[in-house]
Amino acid sequence: MSDRRPGVTIYLTAVIALVLTVLPLPTWFAIARPQFLVLTVLYWSIMRPRSGGLLLGWISGLALDVLQGPLLGEHALALAFATYLAIRLNLMVRAKPLFEQSLFVFAALMGYEFLLWVIDGWSGHPLSTPTRWVHTLSGGLIWPLVVGVLGRFDDSR
Amino acid sequence: MAVFGTEVDRPLYGRGPSPGLRFTVYAILSVVLMYYDQHGRWELRLRFALQAAAYPVQFAVNSPSAVWRALSETFQDRALLRAENGLLRARERELELQVMRATALEQENAELRDLRGSMPPLIKSWQLAEIISVETDPLRQRIVINKGTRDGVSPNQAVVDGGGILGQVERVGPWSAEVILVTDPEHAIPVAIVRNSLRSIAVGSGNSGELLLPYLAINSDIKGGDLLVSSGLGGVFPAGLPVARITGVRRESNQLLAQVRAQPLAHIERDREVILLQFQPTHPDAPAANPPIAPLPPPANKPSLKLPDADP
Repeated sequence: MSDRRPGVTIYLTAVIALVLTVLPLPTWFAIARPQFLVLTVLYWSIMRPRSGGLLLGWISGLALDVLQGPLLGEHALALAFATYLAIRLNLMVRAKPLFEQSLFVFAALMGYEFLLWVIDGWSGHPLSTPTRWVHTLSGGLIWPLVVGVLGRFDDSR
Repeated sequence: MAVFGTEVDRPLYGRGPSPGLRFTVYAILSVVLMYYDQHGRWELRLRFALQAAAYPVQFAVNSPSAVWRALSETFQDRALLRAENGLLRARERELELQVMRATALEQENAELRDLRGSMPPLIKSWQLAEIISVETDPLRQRIVINKGTRDGVSPNQAVVDGGGILGQVERVGPWSAEVILVTDPEHAIPVAIVRNSLRSIAVGSGNSGELLLPYLAINSDIKGGDLLVSSGLGGVFPAGLPVARITGVRRESNQLLAQVRAQPLAHIERDREVILLQFQPTHPDAPAANPPIAPLPPPANKPSLKLPDADP
């Protein structure tokens, strides 16, 4: 975790988040489970916009596609979009108190899930149960915890 | 771009193009990927490679529970094992009796169908695969198994367990494969009711204990407890494998279609291992390789249509 190579830390946390994403859980926990990988990518995009960058978002999305997606590239696009938002607005978001950050994360997750929903529908894998939106809420709620945990890996703060 | 005054806009380290441009590039890349994945050209090879790359993650996630299972099996109680052994032996005897009866029935069936000689066995080969416990999308009903092309698994192969049809193989990687279950909302299986051979289609409901039969008219002869077997149409499953049992029929007088629900017979929630089947294509019950709607052969010579040559 030296200052010169934050990339290793970032990709390590991303892999851990990916494992948490595919860890089997009972159905109800699984539905309410926040998208840990998306939250991790958002964290690094907000706090270290230069280190992770869009490439991290896109590659993480691709990994989600391979493990969970019905269509290759859809999570990649949605997560790249969320990352772009976070990188663009990082200074604004970073200065805000945690509660407002949570609201921003909630909005970013809604945008992410909205893109997925639209692409699912267009590509002929429609899935419009309301439960697919649950993780946006839990993701927003868990954001302070994400900041607390990932802040320990982040030596710039 | 420095007007915005944000850190990302300042070309301090010469980090290349702006985030907006980069996002555009990644977006176009994603759309291209999606297009080719949807229309399937080189995607098969790419998918295959990515599936292989994903296997270590799946393996790592699965290994704690696999180790736990192995340990608990090693240190199992002797009395428990003996009891289980006894149960299995009784069950085996029962199955032997059933098999004896089944062979006789199959023979009789072959004779009825006027096939000289005995029919080949329907199932050419089968193999056991273990379920890798990783979460695919919790809203879709998929499982990942630990057999891939290296073990001869191919797409659209039928997957069953001790109870009945579980689903079919959707994507294959070198060491693993993704199986779409009959309860997935995107899956539909042609079924027939055993009692009256009424045919219909059972689609998945998205939760693991339920199938829906949305295409049955309100006056169709169907009731709770009816057994559904695969009808053999559709080219994936052979005829006659058990699928589900009807749990409820709702008829509302102002609707044309009945609302029929069924419970799958496969133990979807409890399975650890599944069986992959390969069928003998020459067997009459095997799923047709061609789509069932094929042009009729031309009526070349029909001996029964010959007129009696009484008149010269």
